[in-house]
Amino acid sequence: MTTKPEMTAAEIASAVASRKMSALDATEAALARIKQHDTILNSFTDITADRARAKARAIDADIAAGKEVGPLAGVPFAVKNLFDVAGLPTRAGSKINRDLAPAKRDATLIERMEAAGAVLVGALNMGEYAYDFTGENVHDGPSRNPHDTTRMTGGSSGGSGSAVGGALVPIALGSDTNGSIRVPSSFCGIFGLKPTYGRLSRARSFPFVASLDHLGPFARSVTDLALAYDVMQGPDAEDSACTTRGLEPTLPLLANPVSDLRIAIAGGYFQKNVFPEAVEAVGRVAKALGATQVVEIPEAARARAAAYVITTTEGASLHLDRLRTRPNDFDPAVRDRLIAGAMVPAPMVDRAQKFRRWYRAQLAEIFKSVDVLLAPATPCTAPKLGQVNFNLDGVELPVRANIGIHTQPISFIGLPVVAVPVPLEPLPIGVQIIAAPWREDIALRVAYALEKMGVVSAPTPRGL
Amino acid sequence: MAEPLDDYIDAVSKALALPVEEAWRPAVRVNLEVSLRLSRLVDEFALPDETEPAPIFTA
Repeated sequence: MTTKPEMTAAEIASAVASRKMSALDATEAALARIKQHDTILNSFTDITADRARAKARAIDADIAAGKEVGPLAGVPFAVKNLFDVAGLPTRAGSKINRDLAPAKRDATLIERMEAAGAVLVGALNMGEYAYDFTGENVHDGPSRNPHDTTRMTGGSSGGSGSAVGGALVPIALGSDTNGSIRVPSSFCGIFGLKPTYGRLSRARSFPFVASLDHLGPFARSVTDLALAYDVMQGPDAEDSACTTRGLEPTLPLLANPVSDLRIAIAGGYFQKNVFPEAVEAVGRVAKALGATQVVEIPEAARARAAAYVITTTEGASLHLDRLRTRPNDFDPAVRDRLIAGAMVPAPMVDRAQKFRRWYRAQLAEIFKSVDVLLAPATPCTAPKLGQVNFNLDGVELPVRANIGIHTQPISFIGLPVVAVPVPLEPLPIGVQIIAAPWREDIALRVAYALEKMGVVSAPTPRGL
Repeated sequence: MAEPLDDYIDAVSKALALPVEEAWRPAVRVNLEVSLRLSRLVDEFALPDETEPAPIFTA
């Protein structure tokens, strides 16, 4: 059996476990696709071929010996290059971090994926230090959108979006501080899960904004997303924000009906500053789910502002020494934002964190009468690479500043979200399925129902 | 001509020992204007004195 480019992780794992395909064949097929297409997509910054082959051979040996293998046996995956990969400096999209010593140990989430049988094939391009919504990188070049390679992937997990959207690997991992999983999912037409803040360990990943950083998976199907998420769950003393909750598997719950769920559309702020494609996408999803109720999330614009303030100041604090000693080695756009962040008066940060507490309480009240909120993942489909402005209702608006306006007020209080791809023509666009804290199972269930109805799917990459 | 925020940028740059080269100043100023505008949006929202900030520390 040979691999087809769009075999899901579940199909690969099943074929490997039943000896219809070897883990080594699955790995070689992924490496061949990367070699064939990544000169265009530019999604990978490191390819760990030797390590991947060694891991795949070990899985095949286990299977030959009759040993149990994990639910991701032989599944190739890749990680945003802010995850520690043993033997590589953790560059986090920067020039400066290339001078770091190679990581001694993999990030916790890589260890958990590999413990489940997955095979790491490389590290992925990203916006510098994750302070980015475009997927462009001045040091490594932009990752490119697999549906139109003249367009952005979205960021900052741009390589993750490109690699999964381009079907180079069925699963990738990324990070999301203000939207960096949901934005590339939207532009690249794939599924992305930003779990509840604190759900998945961030141990041995390069940080950006400790108050807001999340890690999570990308995939081309909801089942694959749940498979990856489930194997990565669990407490980790090495991330102080990581939950002590036990495992809460979602895979067995995916096919449960959604008819009992109270699903509403986020109104007000989330229906403003959107292009017709985003309105169409939310409309299709709402119609399929029979959702007609519109719920206004109070003070969402202020929530976005507070997330911005916390991001720019915590980010500045993280990078202060590098800004002093190596300012010319930053992407100038990132440097100038961070320098400005260092100059924001401290009371503003404290007030933003206090507002965060207030806003969290408002959402908790909403989730007493609603199980799911629907909102656009991005205001538009993927802009052109290098595009500076877009025209919305006759008003010129900066692209960078507006790509994440609908994701920021949600990650600000750590709510779990599945970004689902609506395969519009000519480009896909995502919708956020937002649930109450710790209810990833509900968001995934709704995403699965939509997938089964044919309303959402990862389109075949046409740009390759 | 000096912009209104230039004195502030100079003072904080000195206080933090954070270099701001002349070539970067316009972009830093624009970013700072955005940060301060969004800060004001948060600032003007009245909250009770007892409001706890969101980050949690468990001893």
